[in-house]
Amino acid sequence: MSETKADVKFSADALAVAQKIIQRYPEGRQKSALLPVLHLAQSEFNGWLSVPVMDYVASLLSIKPIEVYEVATFYSMYNLEPVGTCLLEVCRTGPCMVRGADDIISHLEGKLNIKVGETTADGMFTLKAVECLGSCGTAPMLQCGADFFENLTAEKTDSLVEKLSASNKRSSYLRTNGVNL
Amino acid sequence: MGKKLLLANIDVPGIRTFEVYRKQGGYAAVEKALKSMTPDQVTEEVKTAGLRGRGGAGFPAGMKWSFIDKKSEKPRYLVCNADESEPGTFKDRYLMERIPHLLVEGMILASYALGAKTSYIYIRGEYMYIVGILEKAIQEAYAAGFLGKNILGTAYSLDVHVHPGAGAYICGEETALLESLEGKRGNPRLKPPFPAVSGLYASPTVVNNVETIAAVVPIINEGGDNYSKIGIGKSTGTKLISASGHINKPGVYEIELGLPVEEFINSEEYCGGIWKGRKLKAVIAGGSSVPILPANLILKTAKGEPRLMTYESLADGGFQSGSMLGSGGFIVMDETTCIVRNLWTFARFYHHESCGQCSPCREGTGWMEKVLHRLEHGHGHMGDIDLLVDIAKKIEGNTICPLGDAAAWPVASAIRHFREEFEFHAKYPEKVKDPKHFEKEPFRSERQLESVVS
Ligand SMILES: Cc1cc2nc3c(=O)[nH]c(=O)nc-3n(C[C@H](O)[C@H](O)[C@H](O)COP(=O)(O)O)c2cc1C
Ligand code: SF4
Ligand code: FES
Repeated sequence: MSETKADVKFSADALAVAQKIIQRYPEGRQKSALLPVLHLAQSEFNGWLSVPVMDYVASLLSIKPIEVYEVATFYSMYNLEPVGTCLLEVCRTGPCMVRGADDIISHLEGKLNIKVGETTADGMFTLKAVECLGSCGTAPMLQCGADFFENLTAEKTDSLVEKLSASNKRSSYLRTNGVNL
Repeated sequence: MGKKLLLANIDVPGIRTFEVYRKQGGYAAVEKALKSMTPDQVTEEVKTAGLRGRGGAGFPAGMKWSFIDKKSEKPRYLVCNADESEPGTFKDRYLMERIPHLLVEGMILASYALGAKTSYIYIRGEYMYIVGILEKAIQEAYAAGFLGKNILGTAYSLDVHVHPGAGAYICGEETALLESLEGKRGNPRLKPPFPAVSGLYASPTVVNNVETIAAVVPIINEGGDNYSKIGIGKSTGTKLISASGHINKPGVYEIELGLPVEEFINSEEYCGGIWKGRKLKAVIAGGSSVPILPANLILKTAKGEPRLMTYESLADGGFQSGSMLGSGGFIVMDETTCIVRNLWTFARFYHHESCGQCSPCREGTGWMEKVLHRLEHGHGHMGDIDLLVDIAKKIEGNTICPLGDAAAWPVASAIRHFREEFEFHAKYPEKVKDPKHFEKEPFRSERQLESVVS
């Protein structure tokens, strides 16, 4: 929110990754790199995509900013507002629901003292309810960054929240948080 | 025990690495194809095998390959559909995570058959941790000379890349997937033109599911003829089934097509029976999009024949009394399940995932979600049931892509087979306000009770 255009720039490492991604597509088709580069940007810039970040990505790929906004608003994994350090995404679709997903969601709401869609006052956790994550056989489950936490119970969920708090690492789809249940 | 063609080596320690995979006979199919077969012979072998697309529609893979426009000057592409977002489906994840080289080997075979020099694996963004696993496998394959320039010293060269999506079920639809791969919103395209003529970058393209591509490996190794001997009729070979819900052993199972449904549910080799000693109520056999069937109709067809795990047997009876094999997402529900609640979660899913291009889908899925929400939460009325049927009818067949149908079928079938349960929700709003209403006291048909008494 407070970022200005000048602040927004990939580190040398991230820029090298972005260049490598762009190489995967034929010449003149660098727009194909948009989804993976947005993931990279979200991971580099605090877990969400601000307008200056999206504009920066547009300039990297030599496309118009509107082409980035169109895409960023379409896909559910891009956050268009700031999120907590750890984004907890609990699956609630049928196969998870019949194995107790609703209980896990209410348990987390109670434990974190927030409702689905909200962030804790200390900025540590954002709780989201999402649709099928391809883990129906190990339901109920939640995703935090690159990590899947499966076969959840109330106790396991408590222990997960504690471990994530203690590690205090920002969740990113591009890397594991290293927390094991 | 059924024959395992894809998962036979899944438990071999280290099978994720090139070294171990190779020791177990991996990449022999690539050696065989590139050194002793022409691309057309590979396609012929897949046709002989009778392999049908494993992504949901069951279209014959060899036939799809032969449609690719070979007269075009443009490069050809193979795109692997690893978007796997149909609720109840998690088999591709298992295969890619546990035995990634099988997919890489299949990609080489299919790309060779199609004459593709660059191929992509489009994987749903939520599976980001698998991107690293696949990329490692791909790097190992390059290092061993199975990818890159002049593979195994032949004239054939191939590059394979992994491309993550970002959370959109609709990108599993092949033309939406191609849009997404071009860096755009996942809006399905009007067909024709079909991807075989104008796909990725307006070039000839084939899109196949992960499992379809992986199945080419055993087909080349063992011969299409041998593959076609497994299964029944036009349902040849083996199929990965994702089993979830109220069973003792949820997970991914490789079955020979033709296995009786009852054996799949009750055998210790597969689902291990219904959990907690409860009774089976219903099954959704092929992912959230296919019609739900009550226990009696999933175990036996309306004609009284045992229902088999094949494309044909699961569809027996049409939509009146049958369903579909679909993606093989097998969701089992016991007697405590509320059909209305489950359906409401699906309607919410389809509403959330509609790309919004067609008004019947965009608006209709939203209305269905709203009406189901109020029925399930004790604010509905009798008229809602026919209203739902009416909305579903108006979506079906009136949209650009099949997501509209996929949203309509579950609603239509749930009401067809479980109408009394919907009526219960309208009649006794107080009884359904507790979200666990049927967990506390399973729904019992009053009509059936009456007929027992009288
Ligand atoms: C809404 C929708 C979602 C789909 N999702 C998937 C998917 O996640 N994975 C997949 O392989 N096919 C999916 N399909 C089917 C694809 O459009 C396409 O038919 C398939 O990838 C072709 O591969 P196959 O012939 O090997 O099955 C979906 C279709 C629709 C209409
Ligand atoms: S049917 Fe639905 S998902 Fe498919 S194109 Fe139309 S609006 Fe989009
Ligand atoms: S329904 Fe939750 S992971 Fe599939």
